[in-house]
Amino acid sequence: MKELLVVKNLKTQFKTEAGLVKAVDGVSFTLNKQEIIGLVGESGCGKSVTCLSIMKLVRPPGEVVDGEVIYQGENLLKYSAKGKEMSSIRGAEIAMIFQEPMTSLNPSLTIGQQLIETMEQHLGLNYKAACKRAADLMEMVGIPKAVERLDDYPHQFSGGMRQRVMIAMALSCNPKVLIADEPTTALDVTTQAQLLELLKDMVEKTGTSLILVTHNMGLVARYAHRVYVMYAGRVIETSTTKEIFANPLHPYTRGLLECIPRLDEEKARELVPIKGLPPNLINMPPTCAFLPRCPYRVESCYREPWAPLRSVDGKYGEHYTRCDVNTLEKVR
Amino acid sequence: MQNDVLLEVNNLKKYFPIMRGLLRKKVGEIKAVDGVSFALKRGETLGLVGESGCGKTTTGRCILRQYEITDGKIVFDGEDISSYSENNLRKVRRKMSLIFQDPYSSLDPRQSAGSLVGEPLKIQRILSSQGEYNDRIEELFRMVGLDPSMTSRFPHEFSGGQRQRLGIARALACNPSLIICDEPISALDVSIQAQIINLLKELQTKIKDLSYLFIAHDLSVVKHISDRVAVMYLGHMVEITSSSDLYKNPLHPYTQALLSAVPIADPFVEEEREHIILEGEVPSPIDPPPGCPFHPRCSLAIPECREEVPELREVDTGHMVACLRV
Repeated sequence: MKELLVVKNLKTQFKTEAGLVKAVDGVSFTLNKQEIIGLVGESGCGKSVTCLSIMKLVRPPGEVVDGEVIYQGENLLKYSAKGKEMSSIRGAEIAMIFQEPMTSLNPSLTIGQQLIETMEQHLGLNYKAACKRAADLMEMVGIPKAVERLDDYPHQFSGGMRQRVMIAMALSCNPKVLIADEPTTALDVTTQAQLLELLKDMVEKTGTSLILVTHNMGLVARYAHRVYVMYAGRVIETSTTKEIFANPLHPYTRGLLECIPRLDEEKARELVPIKGLPPNLINMPPTCAFLPRCPYRVESCYREPWAPLRSVDGKYGEHYTRCDVNTLEKVR
Repeated sequence: MQNDVLLEVNNLKKYFPIMRGLLRKKVGEIKAVDGVSFALKRGETLGLVGESGCGKTTTGRCILRQYEITDGKIVFDGEDISSYSENNLRKVRRKMSLIFQDPYSSLDPRQSAGSLVGEPLKIQRILSSQGEYNDRIEELFRMVGLDPSMTSRFPHEFSGGQRQRLGIARALACNPSLIICDEPISALDVSIQAQIINLLKELQTKIKDLSYLFIAHDLSVVKHISDRVAVMYLGHMVEITSSSDLYKNPLHPYTQALLSAVPIADPFVEEEREHIILEGEVPSPIDPPPGCPFHPRCSLAIPECREEVPELREVDTGHMVACLRV
């Protein structure tokens, strides 16, 4: 079995005073064994909520209202969030690395206590064995003087070191799926390179699979095998990384690639910003959510409902998109 | 004849004292900027890059004389401002302004957009009549692409990108010859970043001889907007070169590592690239390593690197490097 995690038609909503926010509105994707997939999009596109939904960590007023998350043949959404089944999967089988390590580490416990606790619980190790493994993990993620530093508290670590601790913690129980939600956004580029190289090694050596959530198209290009581009709570285009970058079809994907400067360009080309702002997710119209910002829109876009993902010919692998710039240009 | 050079920074040092104990005794120093030199021409954009803690923001603040400098010389528009008094500085500050990183916290939420943009005009007492003042504010709003009918609105009514436009309008108010942009786009979403970069470039074509000191950690953005790029590491300048040369011909090992760490949004290019992964972390500026600040992480380091701080020297026309091994 190649498919490790399958998300089908996931819908997560938040009931707010202003109205119902459809943060994730029918997202589907698959993660294969030993694969890195990239979930990309701007803030508010639903990529983080998708991850939290998989982990069953969505808190009220948020709620997963529909869909399936199938992990090794079992639908995780049928388990209760606090139940025994989920506890044995979360952290042990599917682990998550959060963007802001300071808020996800307990400031009143030492790093060692936090690492050891998880391993005693999930791996059934005794205290001594857990200590040994904790030190090994810290060393593996590149923390100097690992044994001594187990007794330090989170505030005694720098930002980059804290994120390494988070990675050590996520890896502590040999998870099969690792979800990294903007793991390096707050860090410097050289630290970012160190940490992502580490994650890539993990995938190659231990056979873990990685969901890399980011807004950085460069990181996706460097590390991901396949990409899912998200907008307004839905996947709008997906294919292999090479295909997406060589042949972006959706106007939003094109926009994302044209609005960033590239380090290797000879002369500074003019950047094409995406006009307007991401939509408000309350009371979304049935038409394409990108329509108000789309430079390629045609008259029929205003009449037709938002098109589903459809298969198109791809040079570098299967390619699905909701919209095709080339067809729009023919109509214009 | 007017001098071609607008700003000259010579061996700038800024040490922050570390005070401890009941008597606030000085127990050490943070060497935030430790001997930085560069020049900025009129109408030029100089990018200042480096990782957090390298002293790029402190350098900017020293030029604005928001900090008392520890040592060195700052010559702005032909005047040595390094030891100017507050009174003398007011006149100089009319000609230089700052754009902040965070458009959410840098604008007073209780002031209307119009008065935020016009405040520098009032402080500098530049305009004589209310009519002139109103006209100028309208003009500034148009320059940054905001609708002048929005002058009476408050910052919370603007989006992140619009707020940064307000910040830019405010920086432009007194017709400065230098704007120090300190991470002006890093708090914005990618699609909005491009708007602000384009606006800054456009303003430079419209306003004659406007110079930018563009401070940022994002190398692709800095390279895109700058004519020349200066790379800092641990309070030192390690390399200065033209933007076009930066990617093609980086000479300092740190610049090479920094460039290699920035992913390029193209999987075909990434496949071919060599990825240099640095070991360890940036050392503390309280107790910096002796000699070249980069030697503990440098793959080319030789014993001599430990002994003296390498001087920034010109190795090619307009290409300066501080490294013994180049």
